[in-house]
Amino acid sequence: MTDTPEADATFQLDGHDVPFEPGQTILQAALAAGKYIPYLCFHREFHPHGSCKVCTVKVNGRTGASCTTPARPGDVVESETEEIRDLRRHLVQFLFTEGNHFCPSCEQSGNCTLQAVGYDLGVTTGHYVPLFPNRPLDASHPEVLLDFNRCILCELCVRASTLVDHKSVFALSGRGIDKHLVVNAESGRLADTNLAVDDKAMSVCPVGVIQRKRRGFLVPIGKRTYDERPIREVAVDREKEA
Amino acid sequence: MNHDLTALVGRHGGDGSRLVQILREVMAVEGWISPPTITELARLLHLSRAHVEGVAGFYAFFATTPHGRFRVLFSDNVTDVMAGSHELRKRMLDSFRIELGEVSRDGLVSVGATSCTGLCDQGPALLVNGHAIARLTPARIGAITSLIRAGSPVEQWPDNLFTIDHHVERKDLLLGTELAPGAGIDAASGRGRAGTVAEIEASLLRGRGGAGFSTGAKWKACAAAPGEQRYVVCNADEGEPGTFKDRELLREWAPLVVEGMTVAGWAVGAHKGLIYLRGEYLFLLPALEALLEERRRAGLLGAGIRGVPGFDFDVEIHLGAGAYVCGEESALLESLEGKRGIPRNRPPYPVTHGYRQQPTVVNNVETLVAAALIAARGADWFRAVGTPKSAGTKIHSVSGDVARPGIYEFPFGTSIRTLLTAAGATKTQAVMVGGPSGVLVSASEFDRRVAFEDVPSAGAFMVFDDSRDVLSVLDNFAHFFAHESCGFCTPCRVGTTVQRQILGRVVAGKGSRRDVDELLQVSRLLKATSHCGLGHTAGNAVLDGLTKFRPAFDRRLSSLDVPTFDLDAALAPAREATARDDAGAHLDEEGP
Ligand SMILES: Cc1cc2nc3c(=O)[nH]c(=O)nc-3n(C[C@H](O)[C@H](O)[C@H](O)COP(=O)(O)O)c2cc1C
Ligand code: SF4
Ligand code: SF4
Ligand code: FES
Ligand code: FES
Repeated sequence: MTDTPEADATFQLDGHDVPFEPGQTILQAALAAGKYIPYLCFHREFHPHGSCKVCTVKVNGRTGASCTTPARPGDVVESETEEIRDLRRHLVQFLFTEGNHFCPSCEQSGNCTLQAVGYDLGVTTGHYVPLFPNRPLDASHPEVLLDFNRCILCELCVRASTLVDHKSVFALSGRGIDKHLVVNAESGRLADTNLAVDDKAMSVCPVGVIQRKRRGFLVPIGKRTYDERPIREVAVDREKEA
Repeated sequence: MNHDLTALVGRHGGDGSRLVQILREVMAVEGWISPPTITELARLLHLSRAHVEGVAGFYAFFATTPHGRFRVLFSDNVTDVMAGSHELRKRMLDSFRIELGEVSRDGLVSVGATSCTGLCDQGPALLVNGHAIARLTPARIGAITSLIRAGSPVEQWPDNLFTIDHHVERKDLLLGTELAPGAGIDAASGRGRAGTVAEIEASLLRGRGGAGFSTGAKWKACAAAPGEQRYVVCNADEGEPGTFKDRELLREWAPLVVEGMTVAGWAVGAHKGLIYLRGEYLFLLPALEALLEERRRAGLLGAGIRGVPGFDFDVEIHLGAGAYVCGEESALLESLEGKRGIPRNRPPYPVTHGYRQQPTVVNNVETLVAAALIAARGADWFRAVGTPKSAGTKIHSVSGDVARPGIYEFPFGTSIRTLLTAAGATKTQAVMVGGPSGVLVSASEFDRRVAFEDVPSAGAFMVFDDSRDVLSVLDNFAHFFAHESCGFCTPCRVGTTVQRQILGRVVAGKGSRRDVDELLQVSRLLKATSHCGLGHTAGNAVLDGLTKFRPAFDRRLSSLDVPTFDLDAALAPAREATARDDAGAHLDEEGP
């Protein structure tokens, strides 16, 4: 075995050989090989962020986020073990606990990545005492509604707005459990930013924070993406199409 | 106001990477960072407004809502609490007729809490508008209260309020060796750059900031990494509660700290050094600035140091602004670049991609002192002390229930019992070695030794005698971690708060055995999935407590097996919906 990854290098994921290209992380290589690892803050068009930790795996016996851990030849990676699934389950429960997620009445239900990953992991309750944060809506914008109650702080909108739209409409402020999304306006209102409906930032939120107004429930609940097929199939297919 | 901001930003060259330093100055002048100020700073610095708001909202010493003209922050470290800080705080709150965190109606004063201020050997302590006052007594609180009421500017308060005592109780290899200024530098330049790295490697010096990485290996990797510039960063954030040894090193031994940085600069080929000084240590700044100036005049800093062509090195000081996580080296680098102090993803490591993405050595204050002396005295001199795996000595900050709090230098391998005896501790129940992120040691383990291979330590040594309630100590630590989590990753952001809640339930006598299982689960999650060392270690103390002080937990549980339901907490949403939080809306007087 050599130190430098070769073009035909592989690592083991739950006993299967997964090939990878130099520079790929474990998650990237796994998805490219048609193997699903749950993730929330990762997005194929952006540099891995590594904050949600839902993609945690065990690499040669040590836990780490698969979206930021570079793939190395010969690594032994565990993903679908009960131990790892249990860690992920608790992380998803943490995310439900810190926000206000009322899925049955949520416009995003069925299209929500958090909900879908929760189903995949067999999450049935929030488990912890909910924190019920006070996060008022921002309905100031004529076309867009922000429902911060559902924000999981993945920074995808921040990254999209900064790196693709070159607008920096969103940023994070505060720290710890008080960390929260802010918009780029002295008034604190979305209407006073230069967000446009065709911005990239409009399409990346994995949950239901950034909503187009007057589009609610166009597709009825029950007929939405993850109502029809589980996320582990959808995610892998999307990767193939890309 | 805007005119002042233009001048202020101008003094920093309009450089957005100096944002944290700029915001510190705004705080000092205006008392808070208002929305129009944020807008104006963003314009002047060509940054997005949201970015500036994000940075201003991250650091505890920055206020984005109005505070009193006098902002008093009581140190909330457990040793301050043990020395009576909560009673003193109450005295001040009552005197101003305000609640904790509230601003008096006339806008004169607000009183809040802050994490350990590094004055544990002379607590209780507080900060007023960023200036530290130690050894609080009812009389001193009375004096402070009167000065505030009179509206007297803090700069004009009597000097004796601000004196900091020095308790250097035991000197050994580092503290006891005299070094003529420049002796380490001369020896290093005589050995050449590679020779200097080799000498440090041979000394077996390991980092004193916590992780214990080989200093020689770190310097070597930095020297070998490709880059346009290289940097040496002195980590003087010293945020771990109970740690104050760097505070003393940055005073009497400050010349050795700068000499160590200069030696490191020579060894790795860096021309610039940065000291990241925690904001709490503002009182050290004038003397440090004067020292740098003196060394420039003496040819120990600047271009062509000691007449050696190409030996160019100078040092700049940055101040922190109240964030423990900024002691983590990559978060520290983010903060130095004027951003939120969020730990970076690794790899790449700072030795290849550090400050401004250039190869950077980050070392603890004590590591740099050792490096300066090793350069002068040689590897063998250093390696002769300590244990084979832990060469040299360790400087301990001893506080809590001891007769003589202060700093103690002992060779690595010294037993905990020896330290306790030296400091005059009696009836000791437990010691928190290395601070809340370290190891909670019980009486049966006092013959264990402080060394990387046994009980490692970043320098804190907090002693608790048998009159103390271990659970309250752990509760204090749980609050600390919840307050200091940067919030980047899910496990630490939510887990530290969940840990605090569950432990709070147990401490209040409302916990069940299920809560104990939950605490174990949360600490497992923190350790396995957190992004940085803060989260990895945030459950250590509670875990140690559960293993070593289990009876203390079991005595507190309201029931050993029936899960308890906190009815009052469950009513919180109802209270919120009805906008009520009065006593009548609670099931007991303690409230949520
Ligand atoms: C949350 C956290 C806080 C830290 N605080 C400090 C600190 O205040 N001072 C310090 O030297 N190292 C601190 N460290 C360790 C640094 O990340 C780093 O390992 C150290 O500065 C390297 O220097 P050394 O090799 O000389 O120890 C901290 C680490 C973590 C995870
Ligand atoms: S609004 Fe959505 S995309 Fe933005 S941080 Fe929150 S969850 Fe992520
Ligand atoms: S563990 Fe995560 S949330 Fe905690 S301080 Fe580190 S990065 Fe921030
Ligand atoms: S997907 Fe890897 S940390 Fe979020
Ligand atoms: S189901 Fe609505 S945000 Fe998740």
